[in-house]
Amino acid sequence: MEELLSSPYLPPLVATLLIIALFPLVAGYMVLAERKVLADLQVRLGPMRVGPYGALQPLADALKLMLKEDIIPSGADKWVFWMAPVLSTFTALSAFAVLPLSDKFYVADVNIGILFILAMSSIGALGLILGGWSSNSKYSLMGSLRAAAQMVSYEVPLGFATVTGIMCAGTLSMQGIIQAQYERGVWGAFDNYLLMLIPTVLFIIAGTAETNRAPFDLPEAESEIVAGFHTEYSGFRFALYFLAEYAAIFVISGICVTLFFGGWLRPFPNVGFLETPLNVGLPVVLFAAIALACIKGATRQIITGFKLGMFGLAGAALLLAALFAVPVINPLIVGLFWFLAKVAVLVYMFIWYRGTFPRFRYDQLMDVGWKWLIPMSLGGLIVNSIAQMLARS
Amino acid sequence: MPDTILAPPPPPPAPEATLLDSNELVINMGPQHPSTHGVLRVILKLDGETVLGAECVIGYLHRGVEKIAENRTYQQFAPYVDRMDYVAAVSNGLGYCMAVEKLLDVEIPERAQAVRVILAEINRIASHLLWLGTHALDIGAITPVFLCFREREEALKIFEKYCGARLTTHAFRIGGLQYETHDTFEKDCLAFCDLMDEKLKEYHALLTGNRIWVNRTKGIGILNAADCKDYGVTGPVLRAAGEKWDIRKAQPYSGYEKYDFDIPTAENGDTFDRYMVRMEEVTQSCRIVRQAVEGLPAGPIKGKIGKVIKPPPGEAYVSIEAPKGELGYYVVSDGSLNPYRLRVRPPSFVNLGALDKMCRGSLVADVVAIIGTIDIVLGEVDR
Repeated sequence: MEELLSSPYLPPLVATLLIIALFPLVAGYMVLAERKVLADLQVRLGPMRVGPYGALQPLADALKLMLKEDIIPSGADKWVFWMAPVLSTFTALSAFAVLPLSDKFYVADVNIGILFILAMSSIGALGLILGGWSSNSKYSLMGSLRAAAQMVSYEVPLGFATVTGIMCAGTLSMQGIIQAQYERGVWGAFDNYLLMLIPTVLFIIAGTAETNRAPFDLPEAESEIVAGFHTEYSGFRFALYFLAEYAAIFVISGICVTLFFGGWLRPFPNVGFLETPLNVGLPVVLFAAIALACIKGATRQIITGFKLGMFGLAGAALLLAALFAVPVINPLIVGLFWFLAKVAVLVYMFIWYRGTFPRFRYDQLMDVGWKWLIPMSLGGLIVNSIAQMLARS
Repeated sequence: MPDTILAPPPPPPAPEATLLDSNELVINMGPQHPSTHGVLRVILKLDGETVLGAECVIGYLHRGVEKIAENRTYQQFAPYVDRMDYVAAVSNGLGYCMAVEKLLDVEIPERAQAVRVILAEINRIASHLLWLGTHALDIGAITPVFLCFREREEALKIFEKYCGARLTTHAFRIGGLQYETHDTFEKDCLAFCDLMDEKLKEYHALLTGNRIWVNRTKGIGILNAADCKDYGVTGPVLRAAGEKWDIRKAQPYSGYEKYDFDIPTAENGDTFDRYMVRMEEVTQSCRIVRQAVEGLPAGPIKGKIGKVIKPPPGEAYVSIEAPKGELGYYVVSDGSLNPYRLRVRPPSFVNLGALDKMCRGSLVADVVAIIGTIDIVLGEVDR
């Protein structure tokens, strides 16, 4: 037992198991958050029936998807059809392996972390392509053709933006990138006399396209090609694609946060007097506010169970607030708090675009990618390297 | 605009044969498709994503409305017309009532005419709101549809307060109106106009200045004035091509000559122009409603008409400017209680005929934009 506890493989194993076990839940709640935020933008309420304020909707959806019949169309390439969503989900989840969730909680800190993530997200495109191709349906085929073209095009500006970020940090290791930002005392996005904002913005745009989110959601453009590459998928396999999509959003936001927004560092990481208000005060106040909101929501619930559930949520939020107030525990979890908070802001932005913008057309998407994003990302790289040379020599 | 731009795009060169020799792809879009606005089926011939041709298959919603008319009395048939263009039921009712009134040769009191104009214009706004929402949804903007429905609800509330029905209103009767207006009718209508003027700014902010929206609609689905005439296309599609043709001005009916309003037109006849024309029409409709409400005369609401409607033998054709274009009713009477023959000239059906012309050479994503911009209602196409 001693031996097991002191084993170097234990922490990564625990982290891996936690991620695999918890991420489907996180993805489910990302979907709920998306539906709620969109509803807010669209003068609706969103899910309100399952649980208080629809809080149990993700569980109901997951259960429904698992119980649904798994239809494989006749004429489909069975094995490829079977494998494609697995491939998508596998690559999306494995990218979590090097995502620096906090200074304490991560699976591995390899010296080529960011390359690994980019490689995995490229292979993830294969899942979409194969899924569409093997369905033996014309709409699916068109969706996967679009996916192929789009992901190949947008990987280039994404890569250039990443390279700029890496150049600024001077390392490929994800933890190292954050460490470099700590040492320079400034987030990547504001480095090099704010010139790093160019790759930051380009990364967010290309990342949206890479994850097939609106306004770049052509591979599954509902109003044009029904549901694109996953038209023929149902039940659990469809759920896997869903999971992969949301995992990809999380990973892209995670990389963006790591490269440009200081990862798990708090804002102004080198300003000492902000330590207590930001690392202790803010989370405590935030979770206490959430608890208050839950209690207020509980008083509006008519069903006793829902009322109790809301009180339970309030209790959980209070507990978290209390945890952040304990000096021993605070340093362990505050990194995770900041990372997730920053990711949440980016995810909110992704949802916000979806509620605001119309969809690009196929050729316009290519135009934007090749005629604007790639030259701009190249220009950003050059400008930043000059600025960096001048600033640091 | 020089003719070269207005000219239809040249048909793409025939793809060269390859090893696979399967360059052309025929896909079936609809009748179950998220953006064919009901049960339209379009057979698309594609080269990659480029459309080589489109063929509409219609009739999935055919109910034989014109034949039903021959077996119903004139009053009994009136509610049926609401089920054709159910988005603009008031305009349908107006057209039918006017056709029968022409057969009967009966004078409609001024108050009835003004109320008809008010309701028809509010219905035009409601119809355009539905068009805008679904059109934006087709192009991928998912928010405007909810905003449009929020405002459309106010229009439907006015109908509901007036006649009890929201969608298939059957608001008018042959000879005038069934009901006197309710106490807050004028106030409600004016409040709705003010609301629309304000909310139009919101739609313009969301869509008009949006680069993606402009890119998706400018130069898409061009139909110039000559083509419009060839295909018999009317309504906002024709006006967007630069033709200043509006039956409300050209052959005023129901007292439209009394109101001061403009006919919005555009030049290029593309999807963006049609969008702008319809948006402007909403403003003009508000203007008409305001004038009509302010000058609403007192008096009877029904003309001198018997309980039994038995027009003398003869025929009558009446066309009105429905939200989607020229809506015509041709009624033949043999002197009995039922129409001998009734024929509808539905704008949706005629306008849909130009789909193939507008689609050729564009991309799949444009097809849904073009279907949306023609503004069809399948209940009217199939009847």
